[in-house]
Amino acid sequence: MSKKIVVLGGGTGGTIISNNLRRHLPKDWEITVIDRDDRHIYQPGMLFVPFGIQKASTLVRSRKKYILPDVNFVIDEITHIDPEKREVKTKSHKFSYDFLIISTGCKIVPEENDGLTDAWGKNAFSFYTIEAAEMLRKKLKEFEGGKLVMNIAELPFKCPVAPIEFVFLADWYFKKRGIRNKTEIEFVTPLPGAFTKPKASAVFIESAKSKNIKITTSYELNAVNGKEKYIESVKGDKVSFDTLVIVPSTIGDAVISNSGLDDGIGYVPTHHNTLKALKHDRIYVIGDATNLPTSKAGSVAHYEADVVVFNIMSEIHGVKPEEIYDGHSTCFIVYSKGTSSLIDFNYKIEPLHGKFPAPKFGPFTLLKETKMNWYGKLGFEGLYWNVLLAGRHLGAPPTLVMAGKEVG
Amino acid sequence: MSIEVNGTSYATDENGYLVNLEEWTEDVAKKLADAEEIEMTEEHWNLVKFLRSYYDEYQIAPAVKVLTKAIANEKGMDKKEASEFLYQLFPKGPALQACKVAGLPKPTGCV
Ligand SMILES: Cc1cc2nc3c(=O)[nH]c(=O)nc-3n(C[C@H](O)[C@H](O)[C@H](O)COP(=O)(O)OP(=O)(O)OC[C@H]3O[C@@H](n4cnc5c(N)ncnc54)[C@H](O)[C@@H]3O)c2cc1C
Repeated sequence: MSKKIVVLGGGTGGTIISNNLRRHLPKDWEITVIDRDDRHIYQPGMLFVPFGIQKASTLVRSRKKYILPDVNFVIDEITHIDPEKREVKTKSHKFSYDFLIISTGCKIVPEENDGLTDAWGKNAFSFYTIEAAEMLRKKLKEFEGGKLVMNIAELPFKCPVAPIEFVFLADWYFKKRGIRNKTEIEFVTPLPGAFTKPKASAVFIESAKSKNIKITTSYELNAVNGKEKYIESVKGDKVSFDTLVIVPSTIGDAVISNSGLDDGIGYVPTHHNTLKALKHDRIYVIGDATNLPTSKAGSVAHYEADVVVFNIMSEIHGVKPEEIYDGHSTCFIVYSKGTSSLIDFNYKIEPLHGKFPAPKFGPFTLLKETKMNWYGKLGFEGLYWNVLLAGRHLGAPPTLVMAGKEVG
Repeated sequence: MSIEVNGTSYATDENGYLVNLEEWTEDVAKKLADAEEIEMTEEHWNLVKFLRSYYDEYQIAPAVKVLTKAIANEKGMDKKEASEFLYQLFPKGPALQACKVAGLPKPTGCV
């Protein structure tokens, strides 16, 4: 067997797994990671840009700088995946592989939502790309009161807590600017609650209430009408706005669907526990590109990378991949500049109260707004660039740990 | 919790979803539909069968978007018409209600 691993996408998941594999595999294994550009974006920071908490320019760094030197980094557009031939095509090259890792992520497509492109940048905004977040910052700066609506166009979408954080931060921001009493905030979501998991949802709804944020649930967006300033659901319910902030429809990368590997909406059907592509051997999938019923979050990509490295090593040694991954996800939920909450959960166990990561000591507190959690969120950025991307971990297993959680 | 169909008892979870996917039969589906006050028509059955075969293939319930896309394709509708069609069949939301009748586990959304 030749010894080649190809990683598609050099974002959070792709960078982590390339470096992690490089550390674990002997030198005769060749590792190649392909991305269309050399701009690695620290996506969590995009939430802060609209409120002037973080500058957009600080979020972008060279991908290559964070990929170990003995990993080949190729800048090219990936155009086709052929699981039979075990070959990947890019615009100008071909790569054969023994193992393939798909980590092409997902992206927003405002064109998929009726009326949205017409309103884009006028009274409809987003913070899911750097350019959009920057546009929204300018808009919010000029905002002098009125109704702000945060809408999620459809499921699935990336970073499910980000829109909740956005409205909490908006409440904080408008208070700081002294215009909160002139501002109405409404959160309109297709989910049956503020979040799908009941305990966390109840906590978020309580927080929203105390901040005077209205929540409208089970709302399936049909169209945006920027001229008349309302959104309309498929059932015909209208919600009016002065400024709309939206998470537009989200899809996996076109190369997945064009290669016939997708589930109908651009995601790769993935085994929930081994992370192997359900229909293809020698392909593993991590991060936002999977169809797994867990968050599309960086923490998930990180935990998954550990499992996939283990399983590829197993396969190399002739052992079957193991069913390790449990859907584990960990997310900070920012409440204001200075406070944050934190959730930690998996496929089966919903976010619970308790301490994290150490029982009793924390220092972080689950499902509760604290100052310490905010410091965790701030510290996370350095950790992301310097420790996590390098494919290292913090001594914890990739699966959920129950110690420290309050059960019942 | 459980439901009774033709003298057999089937376990359901606290939200009324069938616990064992394999125990599903058309009679069980009818009973689950009754509880939702839904009268099963051929269109309902088509959708329910689509859900089951999708689950079989992908190990997960399809996103609403997959359903609307499939319906739009099959019936030559646009996205809005397909959504309306779905809500007519399953007013409380195609994903939640249709999955229940199809005997799939409660969709976790994608969170
Ligand atoms: C506003 C916001 C806030 C967030 N906050 C958090 C947070 O607090 N915590 C958290 O854990 N997560 C957060 N996330 C989510 C997190 O950023 C993503 O889940 C994570 O980056 C996913 O990693 P990935 O490797 O799957 O995808 P990405 O990091 O997006 O990487 C995919 C890569 O694939 C490349 N690619 C795709 N297709 C092709 C192709 N055809 N050819 C060449 N290259 C291709 C892309 O260029 C990209 O670099 C947030 C996201 C957003 C938008």
